Amino acid sequence: MEGGCKAQSGMDKELDIIIIGGGVVGTAIARELSRYKLDVLLIEKESDVGWGTTKSNSAVVHTGYDPKPGTLMAKLNAKGARLFPSICSELDVPYKKPGSMVLTPDEDGFKELEELKNRGKINGVTNLEIISQDELFALEPNISRDIKGALFVKDTAITSPVELAIALRENAEQNGVRFLFDTEVTGFEMENRRIISVKTSRGNLRSRWIINAAGIFSDEIARLAGDDSFTITPVKGEYALFDKEVGNMVNHIIFPLPTETTKGILVLPTVDGNLLVGPNEHITTKDDTTVTEEGLNEVLSFGKKEFPNLPLNMIITIFAGLRAKDLNRKDFIIESSPAVENLINVGGIQSPGLSSAPSISIYVTEILRDRGLDLIPDPGFTPERNGITRFSNLSWDERAELIAKDQNYGEIICRCEYVTVGEIIDAIRRGATTLDGIKFRTRAGSGRCQGGFCGPRLIRLISQLLEIPPEEVTKKGDGSNMVIGETRQ
Amino acid sequence: MKELKSDIVVIGGGPAGLAGALRAGELGANVILIERDFELGGILNQCIHTGFGLSLLGSELTGPEYAEIFIEKVLSLNNIKVLLSSMVLDVKDKVVYGINKRDGVFAIRAEAILLAMGCRERTRGALGIPGERPAGIYTAGAAQRLINIEGLMPGKRVVVLGSGDIGMIMARRFVLEGAEVLGVLEKLPYPGGLTRNVVQCLEDYGIPLHLNHTISEIKGKYRVEGVVAEDILNNKKFCMDVDTILLSVGLIPENEISKKIGVQLDPATGGPVVDQDRETNVSGVFACGNVLQVHDLVDEVTREAYIAAEGAISYTSGKKRRERLIQLKPGENVRYVVPQKISLPLEKPPYIYFRPREPLVNCQILGRADGKESLLGTTEYARPGEMIKLRLKRDLLNSNLDIEISLTGEKE
Repeated sequence: MEGGCKAQSGMDKELDIIIIGGGVVGTAIARELSRYKLDVLLIEKESDVGWGTTKSNSAVVHTGYDPKPGTLMAKLNAKGARLFPSICSELDVPYKKPGSMVLTPDEDGFKELEELKNRGKINGVTNLEIISQDELFALEPNISRDIKGALFVKDTAITSPVELAIALRENAEQNGVRFLFDTEVTGFEMENRRIISVKTSRGNLRSRWIINAAGIFSDEIARLAGDDSFTITPVKGEYALFDKEVGNMVNHIIFPLPTETTKGILVLPTVDGNLLVGPNEHITTKDDTTVTEEGLNEVLSFGKKEFPNLPLNMIITIFAGLRAKDLNRKDFIIESSPAVENLINVGGIQSPGLSSAPSISIYVTEILRDRGLDLIPDPGFTPERNGITRFSNLSWDERAELIAKDQNYGEIICRCEYVTVGEIIDAIRRGATTLDGIKFRTRAGSGRCQGGFCGPRLIRLISQLLEIPPEEVTKKGDGSNMVIGETRQ
Repeated sequence: MKELKSDIVVIGGGPAGLAGALRAGELGANVILIERDFELGGILNQCIHTGFGLSLLGSELTGPEYAEIFIEKVLSLNNIKVLLSSMVLDVKDKVVYGINKRDGVFAIRAEAILLAMGCRERTRGALGIPGERPAGIYTAGAAQRLINIEGLMPGKRVVVLGSGDIGMIMARRFVLEGAEVLGVLEKLPYPGGLTRNVVQCLEDYGIPLHLNHTISEIKGKYRVEGVVAEDILNNKKFCMDVDTILLSVGLIPENEISKKIGVQLDPATGGPVVDQDRETNVSGVFACGNVLQVHDLVDEVTREAYIAAEGAISYTSGKKRRERLIQLKPGENVRYVVPQKISLPLEKPPYIYFRPREPLVNCQILGRADGKESLLGTTEYARPGEMIKLRLKRDLLNSNLDIEISLTGEKE
């Protein structure tokens, strides 16, 4: 909230750029633009960054062997994947490279694997190898004995998308970008074919350029400005997340053979050591992130085919996310709006959108430059950002030192993930205002008890630290209040 | 790192840890009792209803009153050191590593370790209930903590999924706080908790118990706005207009530390495999209370902790004998038996605890070893929600062979 209030002062003057949408794409653009002397504001309708597609996906950094050569996806994916290690290291975000396997269930599949491998070469991806059944079994001991072989993609990586969005936000803020949360775009004030001001639930904002990075709502934002050049179809994917205890059931990111529209249902480790299975693919509505019984069964039975011992009693949570797909173009839409002079659309960012986010942000900056925006490097730009100290990742000596410095690190509040009060305080200081905001920053409540123990304690702690009554503490913003008030005295 | 030494380290200061530390202390051992909360008592502190102590102490107490009796005794013994707000993070080779604000990081070298970490509740995610993921879904224990300790009301129109004891107790608690409880839904054809709670918490307060019912969908983007309930037998669905969902669908022993030590677990109980002294497969590591098996009554937790503490003392004093191990196995209509093993020789046949698989009436409890069957006892009712306890017979142990426990009777 503090950030929101600060951001509002001095906004009567015209901004250089307004970014609509605080997902991993919007925040990556914000951070990229913060390299230059520009007045940039990001508007987000939720209370935090990364709460749309960013928080509910497979978290895979694809190398880029898969997209059709010649597409924007092919162009941006491989480049984005190459930028990922340095960005994650600059921003202190988890990044691991377990590598991936594309499986074939029969001998015929080897032809398709060859095709994928060749497509990878065209897209500039190296380190691709087709491996035999024996080699696969040695690398993945728990995999079904029915699998005949695989394409081993050694450079496929995993990250934490929501932590990346948070880090991009923090670094962009460090470098002068402002953020407005709980703020919805309701329309545009137009003059000829230009946006004069952005109408929001918090008043009107004037800006020279508008970047539409509104994810599954990007087509609706464009339409508000009179641009109906593309249509987003939300395509739901459901997931099951398993206890860390079985995180080592799988060593690589496991894909089936891809189809025309999807990379299929994956079985993979997460950067935190859990096991993740999903997603399926169903066209739905933009407000539908429900998990259905049929969907869950579909995902799990698929996972069971590849990993017959998948322990269904070790699921700790289920969730669903929406892919923002343009079913006509089947590609990213990153371009100047054909209808509005000062609007740049960044839509249809489906998979490999996460992998491409770093290169998308550069591509958008190039479009702005080509359109005549002066990009003067800001000598004060700092690329580094330090993440929240994860107590559980420290050595015993480091833990002792930290507690000696700040006793709040000597008190564990989330017993499943070993999260300390010190980390909660740090998360709130960095802008978390909700239980989910704290969970995504610290992992408190994301373990096997799913907040059963720390939840009630966190409500009190958030209430104290934010100086709000407990009934105003929410899970994920307005309307998701955790309690209704004090008990009867 | 602060380094300490102790005969016995007790991990967990709830009812099991308190009783275990107390008995070990009374028997003269140096004990360190480690509790992660800022006070002793564990979950008892949030159980402000009565019903504790009836069988062990002969009086009906509230949870905090029951805990207080043990806390006072523990604090009065000089050979028991209590570490509060202290969390054990690892155990290696009988060295217990943990943290707290005062000492920072500590390491305690123990002769014997008593595991008493209790259990946690099964969650919505573990059940895979379809639908949205809004605020307003609480496990019964979390809601109990909110109301009874934090003084906060989770909501005002409630449905309870699962008829475990805490779920039924919390249904009553919500009504007493002025909320409306629309019903308790139980997937199985019989209640999950004690009969006395069905009567005292639901029937006495007019709260409907819907057997063979479950929740098939959760509605509400931000806060719970309702559930779709399902009548499983008649395959009918109907909506319930609620803002809060309480889950009482089972407890899981918290054995993450035990696994780090290499303790073998029984898939049926979720707790360690132990012998009659509650010693695990790792010598010198004992377990008691809900970390070992989920109990119905705290009185039995206390008794079990005494057994484990005495076992630990007999281990540290070098008196424990284990010449042979035989297995106790669940037979017909028995879900599990604790202990799972018996170390021989022993002086007195031990008590065994078990749960029936399904409800039966006019039951016989039988033990079988070496082809010979022995009647261990009878009971009018046997229900999965109610643990059965009885003493094993000596003649079964004479054969030195594995023993199978079974339960026969008529369907209700």
